[in-house]
Amino acid sequence: MKEFKLRVFRYDPEKDAQQHYETYTVPYREGMTVLEALLWVFENLDGSLAFRYSCREAICGSCAMYVSGSYRLACRVQVKDALEGDTVTVSPLPHMRVIKDLVVDQTKLWENYARVKPWLINDEPPPERERRQSPADRAKYNKEIDCILCGSCFSSCPSGANNDEYLGPHALNWANRFFVDTRDTADRERLEIVASEYGVFRCHTIFNCVEACPKHLNPTEAIQNLKKAAMAYKLGLRK
Amino acid sequence: MKIKHRVAIVGGGLAGLRAAIAAYDGGVQDVAIISQLPPVRSHSVAAAGGINGSLANHPDGRDDNWEKHAFDTIKGSDYLADQDAAEVLAREAVPVIVETEHWGCPFSRNEDGTIAQRPFGGAGFPRTCYAADKTGHALLHTLYQQVVKRGIKVYTEHLVLTLAVADGRAVGAVVMDIVSGEVGTVEADALLFATGGAGKIYAHSTNNLLNTGLGMAIAYWAGVPLKDMEFIQFHPTGLWGTNILMTEGCRGEGGYLVNNQGERFMARYAPKAMELGPRDIVARSILTEILEGRGFNQGGPGGGYVHLDLRHLGEAKINERLPEVREICKNFAGIDPVYQPIPVQPSQHYTMGGISTDINGATVLKGLYAAGECACVSVHGANRLGGNSLLDTIVFGKLAGQHMARFVAEQPLQGSVDKLLEEKKAEVERRFRELFDNPGTERESALRVELQQNMFHNVGIFRQADTLEAGLAKVRELRERYRNVKVHHTGRIYNMELIRAYELRGMLDVAEAIAAGALARKESRGSHARRDYPERDDQNFLKHTLAFHTPEGVRLDYSPVTITRFQPQARKY
Ligand SMILES: Cc1cc2nc3c(=O)[nH]c(=O)nc-3n(C[C@H](O)[C@H](O)[C@H](O)COP(=O)(O)OP(=O)(O)OC[C@H]3O[C@@H](n4cnc5c(N)ncnc54)[C@H](O)[C@@H]3O)c2cc1C
Ligand code: SF4
Ligand code: FES
Repeated sequence: MKEFKLRVFRYDPEKDAQQHYETYTVPYREGMTVLEALLWVFENLDGSLAFRYSCREAICGSCAMYVSGSYRLACRVQVKDALEGDTVTVSPLPHMRVIKDLVVDQTKLWENYARVKPWLINDEPPPERERRQSPADRAKYNKEIDCILCGSCFSSCPSGANNDEYLGPHALNWANRFFVDTRDTADRERLEIVASEYGVFRCHTIFNCVEACPKHLNPTEAIQNLKKAAMAYKLGLRK
Repeated sequence: MKIKHRVAIVGGGLAGLRAAIAAYDGGVQDVAIISQLPPVRSHSVAAAGGINGSLANHPDGRDDNWEKHAFDTIKGSDYLADQDAAEVLAREAVPVIVETEHWGCPFSRNEDGTIAQRPFGGAGFPRTCYAADKTGHALLHTLYQQVVKRGIKVYTEHLVLTLAVADGRAVGAVVMDIVSGEVGTVEADALLFATGGAGKIYAHSTNNLLNTGLGMAIAYWAGVPLKDMEFIQFHPTGLWGTNILMTEGCRGEGGYLVNNQGERFMARYAPKAMELGPRDIVARSILTEILEGRGFNQGGPGGGYVHLDLRHLGEAKINERLPEVREICKNFAGIDPVYQPIPVQPSQHYTMGGISTDINGATVLKGLYAAGECACVSVHGANRLGGNSLLDTIVFGKLAGQHMARFVAEQPLQGSVDKLLEEKKAEVERRFRELFDNPGTERESALRVELQQNMFHNVGIFRQADTLEAGLAKVRELRERYRNVKVHHTGRIYNMELIRAYELRGMLDVAEAIAAGALARKESRGSHARRDYPERDDQNFLKHTLAFHTPEGVRLDYSPVTITRFQPQARKY
């Protein structure tokens, strides 16, 4: 393959009446990623293109997009793996307001994250040195902490698509991360948040988030864990 | 848009977040962070291997203490670090690391539940605390969580463009909201720059794509000197092709470096430390192997490489300690380090120099502070030890934040600076218009690539007068051609072309400071290796370089190095 077509979603609210796609012909290089292809277009053909990027190594969460029908980090997915015929199609994360081209409004993503109190809560005076934690206890949240807050799961979740007050898989993933941490003492506080009207019971275990997550996390499992605990907690209250 | 806070922190990486927390906890509730990126997307997130502190948790590290850490840091710096600063770095390490643990940082653990530590290059003991090979991610998320907890205001996707200085005091800045394109002003009793490194001035860099050094340039334009800019760290092991970092943790866990003869060639260069020599020495050793014909892909596109071999560590250890390395190799190079050696080459990695500050982060410009990779305290001198940079961000971020809290309480701004801020804003808007209306035909992206190649090849790992002169001349030529850069896209919203063109101007000025400093330093010290002056020359060059901005270009000056307890010795590993 010497070249391929990059079909890119375009929308500039300053001048476009409508969203549309624009197709560019890009020279192919073995190993080329979709982010590299976008940068090539930006640098050589069209400086008006807008997209987010930073680390180019799948750790910062900037470049989550919808690439040829799947949630992908543009910096990690290779062109050859995203081809449909001779074309790679790149769109912004679905169900989110488009600011320009591939850049979407992530305000809710951050706000909902903050709502679960995503920090370690432990009001006891800390020891002089580290709080000890066994490797086995540390392993309990080994997956959750890999989240890069890319927003793919949030964008993919049908419960969120109807209602962006729903905390969303990313926020619940972080709630579970602290919930299972042996150093955290705020189980009740967190359960009250996640068991609220906008919390875990809105999850219909559709597993879109698992499919979408580029870090191979399982937010649904985290949510199930919180659901179980929230049920027990609620039943306890009723006693 | 008019932003006004008592303390304004520019940059949401580790240094910026730690400073914001310290200022807030120091009694200034009105702290804001202004950052080009949402904080957790900052470059700090990519740090992998770990953070140094003499916790003495490792069975082989029981005799470790902060003095030994300070000594290793100073020796590693080739005696260019200020020793009082290096002592602070080492002494504060344990408390600041423990503090992040109390905040929930998910460090890997020993069986006894203490924080796990691994060996790193140039260190006498296993001193590097880690969270698998995702330490930066673990730390950055933890600090961001503390910022969210405190409700500290964050302006994300806001780019600071220039400083406003009134009567010798920094009083504010001009900022652009990237999303709307609106240009506005920031007023603050004190500002801190925590804007990160300048790696993208070089080709073959491990840095994220936004590390253009704009913060350094802005301070430099405002009259603050840049210190020791010629000291650029090349990391021994960037993944061949993309230059994504293969953390030093790979060697810390026992990985080998092997040439095309199958030899562990470090035996020739650092017989005792082997693969765990300091970075400058290992990087030069690899390049020497390649230049002398013992690399792979000799003369091929993308340059030569050697092998980083982890296979003998076994799958279990690789999965436990280096999962991200395996993931990156699979995704970006199509190889699995459990079964195949990793092709690596030295890659630009870190800016030892930066905005000159004292131990409190204060610059010579009253009201302006700096911390983290954009700053030079200096603790890394001519060569930074792996694991000391994350530490630098949180030790000196914290000290700077605390100092700012005291400073703004004692010396709040008097009177209005509105008029000055409006003038500065108009200046920026004029610059933008010049870029839009420019009749020239130069493209920002083409100039950028030329600059990066020039710096890598002429102001790179091995240096000498003629190539340095050519490198400096090229930077100056590019600066002339920059006058003809045209920005074609004139929209306001998320205009990346405009931002990149603006950044390029800063990159060119910072590049000039690097190249001029390198040409003038006629000795070899740490990362600065001159073929024409292969020895360290303490007689003439045991001093810091200071680069000042003038309308004609860079002006160099020097300042003494602080020596407290360790007299300079030859550096052997
Ligand atoms: C791949 C890699 C791995 C590393 N691993 C390690 C390691 O294991 N151990 C170690 O000690 N060190 C490591 N380092 C070095 C270390 O990660 C960095 O030096 C450190 O994280 C820098 O932190 P910082 O807070 O100074 O800057 P950054 O994290 O780069 O943050 C800079 C911030 O400033 C913002 N910004 C920049 N310019 C502007 C502007 N003009 N206006 C507004 N905002 C702006 C950015 O958006 C960002 O938020 C590594 C470096 C690399 C490249
Ligand atoms: S859970 Fe996965 S998909 Fe969701 S924000 Fe985190 S990394 Fe992205
Ligand atoms: S650019 Fe950081 S995840 Fe893709």
